[in-house]
Amino acid sequence: MADTRRPLSPHLQVYRWQVQMVSSILHRATGIALAIGSLLVVWGLLALAGGEEGFAQYRTIVGSPIGIVLLIGWSWALFYHLCNGIRHLVQDAGAGYAINQFIRSSWLSVAVSVVLTALVWIYVFKTGGAA
Amino acid sequence: MTAKDLRNPIKVARGLGSSQSGVGHWWTQRVTAVALIPLGIWFVFVVVSLAHSDFAHAHAVVARPWNALLLIAFVLTMFWHAVLGLQVVVEDYVHVRWKAVAWLLAIKFLAVLGALAGVLAVLRIALTP
Repeated sequence: MADTRRPLSPHLQVYRWQVQMVSSILHRATGIALAIGSLLVVWGLLALAGGEEGFAQYRTIVGSPIGIVLLIGWSWALFYHLCNGIRHLVQDAGAGYAINQFIRSSWLSVAVSVVLTALVWIYVFKTGGAA
Repeated sequence: MTAKDLRNPIKVARGLGSSQSGVGHWWTQRVTAVALIPLGIWFVFVVVSLAHSDFAHAHAVVARPWNALLLIAFVLTMFWHAVLGLQVVVEDYVHVRWKAVAWLLAIKFLAVLGALAGVLAVLRIALTP
């Protein structure tokens, strides 16, 4: 901070929590998480390119209990960022700015991302146990 | 701007914000976002379909021409979009200039390395007989 004596505009803590704040903060948080997750994607591709042994090692690490928990988190982050990203693109086009639409689309992003995450993992677990 | 410059000042200023790049960052973030909608959904389908497969099968699937092409497109677009997004986060929260510049450089270098590594890996998989 350059000069903290300046008067500051009220920040997050003075506002009552509402879903629009949650969806906005989550968009940024999941974006950061996904940026870190991109390294996992590259790691997987490198392991696959490197040969059978390295790939088996990668699968063991990613398929471990901690790995699965992280993967579930990353998959939800991806679905949330995807849903809310589409929502933001719609808003960039100038639509959906009425307060009730804004609130509804916030909840929609959260709900759809959770449903998609659940569907993917139910499918993965049903088709053959843990990764 | 000198007196010799025949262009109207508005012509020089138009489209340029305080960062000298106008809406380029904003627009590129949206373009990569739109591209990542189909690419991201496709990527999830590929990963889920490979969740229980062995090395040989996963290798063969990634090596298919269309899959290799789309994977490279996905990796490049993903890192590009990530750099743009993280840049905004750094600009918002890191208020000491040299620290912000250090973060931005580190993010860019890491993203370029990641993108190159990803492309190299896909090419190696695709071109290995």
